[in-house]
Amino acid sequence: MTKIAVTSEGPSMQDMVDPRFGRAGGFVVVDPETMQHEYVDNGSSQAMAHGAGIQAAQNVADSGAHVVLTGYVGPKAFDALKAVGVKVIQNLDNMSVEQAVQRYKSGDVQYADQPNK
Amino acid sequence: MLISIASGKGGTGKTTVSASLAAIWDGPVTAVDLDVEEPNLHLFLNPQVESEEKVYLSVPEVDESKCNLCRECSNLCQFKAINVMGSTILTFPEMCHGCGGCMAICPENAISWGRRELGTLSRGKTGPNNFLMGSLRVGEAMSPPLMRAVKERLAMDLTERPGDAIIDAPPGVSCPAVCAVMDTDFILLVTEPTPFGFHDFKLAVEAFAPFKKPMAAVINRSGLGDNSVEAFCRENNIPVLVHIPFDKDIAGAYSRGRVIADLNPGLKSLFVQLAESIKEMGAGGRDA
Repeated sequence: MTKIAVTSEGPSMQDMVDPRFGRAGGFVVVDPETMQHEYVDNGSSQAMAHGAGIQAAQNVADSGAHVVLTGYVGPKAFDALKAVGVKVIQNLDNMSVEQAVQRYKSGDVQYADQPNK
Repeated sequence: MLISIASGKGGTGKTTVSASLAAIWDGPVTAVDLDVEEPNLHLFLNPQVESEEKVYLSVPEVDESKCNLCRECSNLCQFKAINVMGSTILTFPEMCHGCGGCMAICPENAISWGRRELGTLSRGKTGPNNFLMGSLRVGEAMSPPLMRAVKERLAMDLTERPGDAIIDAPPGVSCPAVCAVMDTDFILLVTEPTPFGFHDFKLAVEAFAPFKKPMAAVINRSGLGDNSVEAFCRENNIPVLVHIPFDKDIAGAYSRGRVIADLNPGLKSLFVQLAESIKEMGAGGRDA
């Protein structure tokens, strides 16, 4: 099944979803079938003066994920994700990574067709 | 001599001082508006514009058939203007600062130059003097590349027709303001004796002092506020060359787009005195 990347404040499934895409602390990359997961640090984007969203999109693309769960995505990051065929589910906030993944598995989510930031 | 008129705080009177100095300057002078985000010197000097040209920044264009996805360009670019994402090359021309690094590092010569419009460079005459102005394209986020084009044009013009230049700088102390003052021979800071003026004046002194150029102050709206600016200037050996009074006639003349040095003989002699002090200090700076 498709791997998904969830913007996260920390490395575990119990950490909170980081609502920021470009400057997220990192990504928990999850296989929703097995719930096996790994953490991709996004510090390289956080440190950038410009282009954090683009760098974050590159990090997601490199992780092999095809879907992103997050809070807010800016226009350049959105274009970058679109260019590599990564689907975006946004407006997720105030929940743990695990809750976000459960929401995704339940089907109670919408794929975004434009950035919300 | 290149004289930049800078301030820190906006609205202290950079353009007022620039226009008056250019109007009374003894000898050939070019009036330059380098506040390209919001140029307004022309409103006071009413130049006859003789030519306008678009200015462009070179940005990368990738021939995907030559690209081997090595990521050298993507790793080099500090602004993420060029990116390898999976097997896609994605450029964001609006993020590009035009350094040319991606083109230089590409092992496959897959990158060529496209261009992004930065704005317009206008040249003209104001009385016997030359006039130069940059106007940033609406939507363009970076002003230093256009400012550099204006400065290059100024350098070319001054080679053909030697003289001085009075450069109206943008406010603030970030890249555009630094870009405007860094290669001038003299930095004149226009401030006002208010808490806001004082606060930003200190920032401007701190930002521009490392260039080790002769630097002096003009206190505009003198009579307002307190003596903090004067005290600070004394402590830091920054000469206060003139005081422009806080005066309703000056404000009225400004609002009608007039050059205030033309308003009365007192103001005219004030700017003549300012010009002489600048020339003296500038000459001292060159000898030192």
